[in-house]
Amino acid sequence: MSGKEYRTITDVKGPLVFLEKTEPVAYNEIVQLRLSDGTMKNGQVLDTSDDKVIVQVFEGTESVDRQTGVKFLGDVFRLPVSKGLIGRILDGAGKPRDGGPEIVAEDMADIIGAAINPYSRESPEQFIQTGISAIDACTSLVRGQKLPIFSASGLPHNDIALQIARQARLVGSDDDFVVVFCAMGITAEEYNFFVQDLERTGALENAALFVNLADDPAVERLITPRLALTAAEYLAFEHDYHVLVIYTDMTNYCESLRQIGAAREEVPGRRGYPGYMYTDLAMMYERAGMVKGKKGSITQFPILTMPGDDITHPIPDLSGYITEGQIVISRELHQKGIYPPINVLPSLSRLMNAGIGEGKTREDHKSVSDQLYAAYAGGRELRGLVAIVGEDALNERDLQLLKFADIFEDQFLRQSRDEDRSIDEGTLDLAWNLLTNIDTKYLVRLDQKWIDKYHPTEKNS
Amino acid sequence: MSEESGLIYRISGPVVTAVGISPRMYEVVRVGDEGLMGEVIELHGDQSVIQVYEETSGIKPGEPVVRTGQTLSVKLGPGLLTQIYDGIQRPLESLEETMGVFITRGVDADGLDLTKKWEFNATASAGDEVSGGSVIGFVQETETVEHKIMIPPGHSGKIASIESGEFDITTSVCTLEDGTEIAMMQEWPVRTPRPFKQKNAPDVPLITGQRILDFLFPLAKGGTAGIPGPFGAGKTVTQQQLARWSDAQIVVYIGCGERGNEMTEVLTEFPHLTDPNTGKPLMNRTTMIANTSNMPVAAREASVYTGITIAEYFRDMGYDVALMADSTSRWAEAMREISSRLEEMPGEEGYPAYLSSRLAEFYERAGRVQTLGGDDGSVSVIGAVSPPGGDISEPVSQGTLRIVKVFWGLDAGLARQRHFPAINWLSSYSLYPQALDQWYRDNIASDFPEVRTKISSLLQVEAELQEIVQLVGSDALPMDQQLTLEVARMIREFFLQQNAFHDVDTFSQLGLQYEMAKAILAFQEESEKAMAGGAGLEDVVNVPARTDLMRGRFEEGYAERIGELLGEMSKQIAETMEDN
Ligand SMILES: Nc1ncnc2c1ncn2[C@@H]1O[C@H](COP(=O)(O)OP(=O)(O)OP(=O)(O)O)[C@@H](O)[C@H]1O
Ligand SMILES: [Mg+2]
Repeated sequence: MSGKEYRTITDVKGPLVFLEKTEPVAYNEIVQLRLSDGTMKNGQVLDTSDDKVIVQVFEGTESVDRQTGVKFLGDVFRLPVSKGLIGRILDGAGKPRDGGPEIVAEDMADIIGAAINPYSRESPEQFIQTGISAIDACTSLVRGQKLPIFSASGLPHNDIALQIARQARLVGSDDDFVVVFCAMGITAEEYNFFVQDLERTGALENAALFVNLADDPAVERLITPRLALTAAEYLAFEHDYHVLVIYTDMTNYCESLRQIGAAREEVPGRRGYPGYMYTDLAMMYERAGMVKGKKGSITQFPILTMPGDDITHPIPDLSGYITEGQIVISRELHQKGIYPPINVLPSLSRLMNAGIGEGKTREDHKSVSDQLYAAYAGGRELRGLVAIVGEDALNERDLQLLKFADIFEDQFLRQSRDEDRSIDEGTLDLAWNLLTNIDTKYLVRLDQKWIDKYHPTEKNS
Repeated sequence: MSEESGLIYRISGPVVTAVGISPRMYEVVRVGDEGLMGEVIELHGDQSVIQVYEETSGIKPGEPVVRTGQTLSVKLGPGLLTQIYDGIQRPLESLEETMGVFITRGVDADGLDLTKKWEFNATASAGDEVSGGSVIGFVQETETVEHKIMIPPGHSGKIASIESGEFDITTSVCTLEDGTEIAMMQEWPVRTPRPFKQKNAPDVPLITGQRILDFLFPLAKGGTAGIPGPFGAGKTVTQQQLARWSDAQIVVYIGCGERGNEMTEVLTEFPHLTDPNTGKPLMNRTTMIANTSNMPVAAREASVYTGITIAEYFRDMGYDVALMADSTSRWAEAMREISSRLEEMPGEEGYPAYLSSRLAEFYERAGRVQTLGGDDGSVSVIGAVSPPGGDISEPVSQGTLRIVKVFWGLDAGLARQRHFPAINWLSSYSLYPQALDQWYRDNIASDFPEVRTKISSLLQVEAELQEIVQLVGSDALPMDQQLTLEVARMIREFFLQQNAFHDVDTFSQLGLQYEMAKAILAFQEESEKAMAGGAGLEDVVNVPARTDLMRGRFEEGYAERIGELLGEMSKQIAETMEDN
């Protein structure tokens, strides 16, 4: 470790400090800054050359001056990891926030993490029952998946995330999930909501929290999720835990990324976000999965709020390009008073096919799910038409679909915050019951053999 | 300090600047104390700018940079098939052996096993006059693929000696009279296209078993196609379907900056799937390149070149090769990231000004050729494009569409309705049908092109009618137009929709596709007749045999049964007239 302290700052710009130095500094090396009043700040090297070093300062550059002392710590950012992380609350830089002792490290893990060799991955295919019908039937989640919640401000994404955290389990297994929760720039109120709920259900003892709140340093948000994922990897791949990582709000993370890009005067990509944002996000989202020869797994639930409810905004857009589907929360359904207001049409689980069907959920699951989609999509589209031409212009099939859309929202989507529906009786049987509102001849997505077996009024019994 | 080695001056992400060294452009160099692999991408005064293929954290200015004298090349020879490589041809299996499940850095791995022995069967003999590309023998590399051993481009002469037997790939199997030793392995720089005798016009379709592709928007062997689409619309599923079912002899699948799990899926599934054309495991004809989104961007940039060079090599053996690149947008973004680190003047949306020429050069490496050895070979290239927000007015989509001859436009609206493949039949196009029509007439049915035209014009008419329906509802249309809508719905739901995850529906023989299209036209014709004879629209639409005909496609043996099902439907439609 080079102990030398430099006082060679030439420029300070936004969260960046530029300095000249005498000895070689490593790319991504961790930096400590000592202000004249003794305050300490931390940073990381973003660019290094013989003449100039650029450091990003996590706590912001307030009060930094040319006399500030800069020390290079000779290593990249590492998190002390151990099983003792479970049950702890840490701040956005990985220091205890719960008044407890420092983490006794079993290992010091590089927080950037290394890419999982694609050859070494195991295909995720174990169905996780969340007890929420919209998700279990239509966007089924599997262990090791990364499935974000695309929401917007004022919508109950936190309730949904918590409900998932409480209810998620593998059918027919009692291994529990350990929750790693990562807050990035959320309000103290939102945070308290999470903590109180986790406390109420006793889940806090089985969780590790990394917390950067709205009034914590913005640049620090760039490392908080990496700390959380580093902890998750350690727990999953060294200690066989099944880890559920919930991080919120990715939008705040991306804002911080944009801020750094702007300070570096980089050529911006779409809407001012850095051109490398896709890769940057992928380096986190791809830290989900299962690997050969390890028992544990990492399942990710990133939450992001879509600016202006716009799904084509770069933050949801680039996320959607990396994650294995998305759960989209709808303002319209929320305003109708439906909880959970999940719009299943733009929602998707790409790993669903691997996780459902005979021996996993039920043999008719795929067929039922396709039919629910088709009927609901048809019904919703007709709502627009009816608004123009009235119901009289509709034929029998259309009338049934139209009515089905309402029933689907009211009885299938809607459930209470503590209602935990089982996949077979709770969700799939309910779906069949609701589908009786449509003549079977219009149920073209259902295989005849499932109609014969499961249709409440048409089955051969 | 010698010319051969210098020092790191600056590190900025994947871009490292060195001084005190004068390498050639695109030369491979070793960077830092750990000897990370990099490639020279710019010479600038006394500085050499290098893109590094591995993570650069912890590297310092002042560490060494060493020349290798080589440009970035791939090793070509027996052993390529069934392999999965990273972007710079390191076998991921070897990386797992040396590093475990996480990819760390500073480890080299040969693209081919240099010690493994293969049975070489000489087909040329001493005294034969050979030149670059001449086939001198083969190795049965997998059950289905004969790996031809060729004279590397640039060599020629008379064979002095040649020997069959078991050899490793670097041992000479043939000596030319001028003393040149020929081994089974050759190397080729990835950024240089491999030579051929001449390009020929593609006139044979690449049959994919995907109805909307084969029937409406076909790709020719040696052709180029682009699949742009928003996230979740079906680019990867379509590419994987082509990798599974297309009638290419060799498949090169490049996962470029996409998901790790998608590569795992191919890896775990392909060994268990059978090629419908050979009946043997699909893995036997496949090579994969996986440089996922979280792997180094510089290697992502290289991955596309690594893949296409391997494809050209198999083409040179006289094979039809299909190459999928998923996604070319991630490749373009890698170029953008590196270009921005070089502080180059950005073009549109921050992409480098040379984006469109790089895209063009890449797709130009597709084609049907007469090989140097005199055979007929082809490389078909299918590139996925991931436009931000699904809006194809952006540079990568536009740059691609200017070059490719087939456009399969994925549509978020269709995907949302679970209409898969979500390829928009109104905006998509193929410029190949004219060149392919003779082939269809000779091999499938003499009226194939006419049937296709009828089907696509029905879809056009439907789109026009839909506009009216949006305003007045369908009941307001005259009966014949309402029938047209039903026929079009049948085209969409029975023919265009195809479930990639259904054991049977996933693949449709071209002959069956034609039968299905004919069945739709028969439904139209007979319904018109019945309705003229007094039957109602509901009557003809609801004949049970039509549902049977449509559902039948999900069952094995459909090709054998469709005639009978069609006969039954015709009979029932005719009866609707008598009932009235
Ligand atoms: N032919 C098909 N049959 C059935 N389902 C399909 C088909 N094509 C796409 N899908 C569905 O759409 C989902 C998304 O498809 P896919 O992963 O190919 O999207 P993509 O365009 O590659 O998205 P991204 O850009 O994010 O990678 C699949 O997981 C599958 O559920
Ligand atoms: Mg994809």
